[in-house]
Amino acid sequence: MDLTRLAQVDSTTWRIEPHGAMRVPVIIYADESLIRDIDDKVYEQASNVAALPGIVRASYAMPDAHWGYGFPIGGVAAFDPNEGGVVSAGGVGFDISCGVRTMLTGLPVANVLAEQRPLADELFRAIPAGVGSKGSISLDAAQMDAMLAGGARWAVEQGWGETRDLQRIEEEGAMAGALPEHVSKRAKERQRREMGTLGSGNHYLEVQGITEIYDAAAAEAFGLKQDEAVVTIHCGSRGLGHQIGTEFLKEMVVSAEAAGIELPDRELACAPINSEVGQRYLGAIRAGINCALANREILGHYARRVFRHSFPACDLELLYDVSHNTCKVEPHSANGTPRGLFVYRKGATRAFGPGHPSLPEALRSIGQPVLIGGSMGTSSYILAGTASSEEKAFSSACHGAGRAMSRHAALKRWSGRMILDELRAQGILIRSPSNRGVAEEAPGAYKDVGAVVAAAEHAGLARRVARLRPLICIKG
Amino acid sequence: MTLPSAPTVTAGSEHFAHDADVGVRGWGATPSQAFEQAAEALTRVVTEAKVAERDRIDVRCEAPDIELLFVEWLNAIIYEMAVRNMLFSRFSVRIEGTRLEGTLWGEPVDVERHAPACEPKGATYTALKVLKKPDGVWSAACIVDV
Repeated sequence: MDLTRLAQVDSTTWRIEPHGAMRVPVIIYADESLIRDIDDKVYEQASNVAALPGIVRASYAMPDAHWGYGFPIGGVAAFDPNEGGVVSAGGVGFDISCGVRTMLTGLPVANVLAEQRPLADELFRAIPAGVGSKGSISLDAAQMDAMLAGGARWAVEQGWGETRDLQRIEEEGAMAGALPEHVSKRAKERQRREMGTLGSGNHYLEVQGITEIYDAAAAEAFGLKQDEAVVTIHCGSRGLGHQIGTEFLKEMVVSAEAAGIELPDRELACAPINSEVGQRYLGAIRAGINCALANREILGHYARRVFRHSFPACDLELLYDVSHNTCKVEPHSANGTPRGLFVYRKGATRAFGPGHPSLPEALRSIGQPVLIGGSMGTSSYILAGTASSEEKAFSSACHGAGRAMSRHAALKRWSGRMILDELRAQGILIRSPSNRGVAEEAPGAYKDVGAVVAAAEHAGLARRVARLRPLICIKG
Repeated sequence: MTLPSAPTVTAGSEHFAHDADVGVRGWGATPSQAFEQAAEALTRVVTEAKVAERDRIDVRCEAPDIELLFVEWLNAIIYEMAVRNMLFSRFSVRIEGTRLEGTLWGEPVDVERHAPACEPKGATYTALKVLKKPDGVWSAACIVDV
């Protein structure tokens, strides 16, 4: 990004003043090296978001921001329903409620390494991953609606999870206000056989070792111990979310024009929150959120079964499950008064600070776990929400490394075989149905996740608690 | 591959880069042909392997303009790929005004043989362009979220 187009506020804060149709400024959190590498499209997309009706305070971009659809990936914005605020299908995107969960094994890394190969094979067999993989769950119409209303709570009722998990999942596992009747037949059909599947692209299940602790008190509260192993799952609402996104995007392009909303980019298709289509969309995405919560709970259950089989005394404990593609109503201050705002996090993680009432008792004094995914070969991080995050970006932080290189460019540079061999030499076992998929997801195609989380911490969005390194990665 | 300049080469397709995902572009003598070619590029997002033209599926879609119709077409294919667990290698498109009728020929995914790299989630309005270039060639392109 051309730095002359930005005003530097401090070493990790950059500002674009409102111009043209923008109603609020853009604020980007990144250090100088990261922001130089951020695509100019992020400037354009974050500025377009700043022009949407009812936006409050600013259009934000996180340190891992990159070119997305309408919203930049790594974009955060809040809308006031009483000021003409909008819901945008493009703002949430196709993978509704895509997110991350981390589960504690309580096992020393050495024990996992002793079983590394059979454990990798066993996980690859148990977790359906990639195109053409088959899940063992098939839902009829009534079960589908129950899942869409009940989320992870539904999964637990079906025996695919544990009741104790629910307090460690956002919304306690079930998003309120879901209206399965507003999810189309086609979206439901697309999901019928996809529960308990990982998907593909950047989705994964990883077994990771805790290699560094930055904040001993927070790590203790989170149950993170140096040289112990954890399991992290990254995936979302699968075909159902994709279909909801696709259908509402098309509908909102037409309805926005009818409502007199001028769209700077058709991908930002939106509708007033207080409109018939807006309310219908909210009911549908909340059902989509429940689908993602249920899916991650089922995958967590599968991982738990594999670990119990390999290590009979091991019972995976869920640390936290948090989504990074969402729109949620939260109380935030707007012009000095707290009110319910619709907060979009598109490739950004909710990061509630210490004392937030929605956090479970055991985590409340520390802040919400913020789970930052790596990229097969690189570290992942666990952060904690800070008190300053609310004022900085409506309690939001980054979500991952963010791509530095297109899939196209990655394919030209690496072969899957080469990546698999290099990672094996580093002690990381990859299991994937596709070598080309591995090449497209090569660790070198991503930004330096360490620099991203350091910038997030410096900017006051979240603070580092622990660093994890991959041991096994199941890739879709 | 690059866009053809010689008048003898009238149809083809390619991928183009996006930060996180991938663009598909098809071109040909008519919008229908450009749509068919782009659909082949969509399959190549998933696999480079040969896909047999074994089963035939018909799709229909409708949209207010030709660009939105292109996205609808790709999304109709993505839907059939997902619910039937199939890949497609041959496409036929007929466009009348705002309506499209298409035929897809393909086969069920064979994970070993096709080694599918990734799953298209949806066609997007990003970098969406359907146009007739000055040389008379129709081009249809957009980014696909994977």
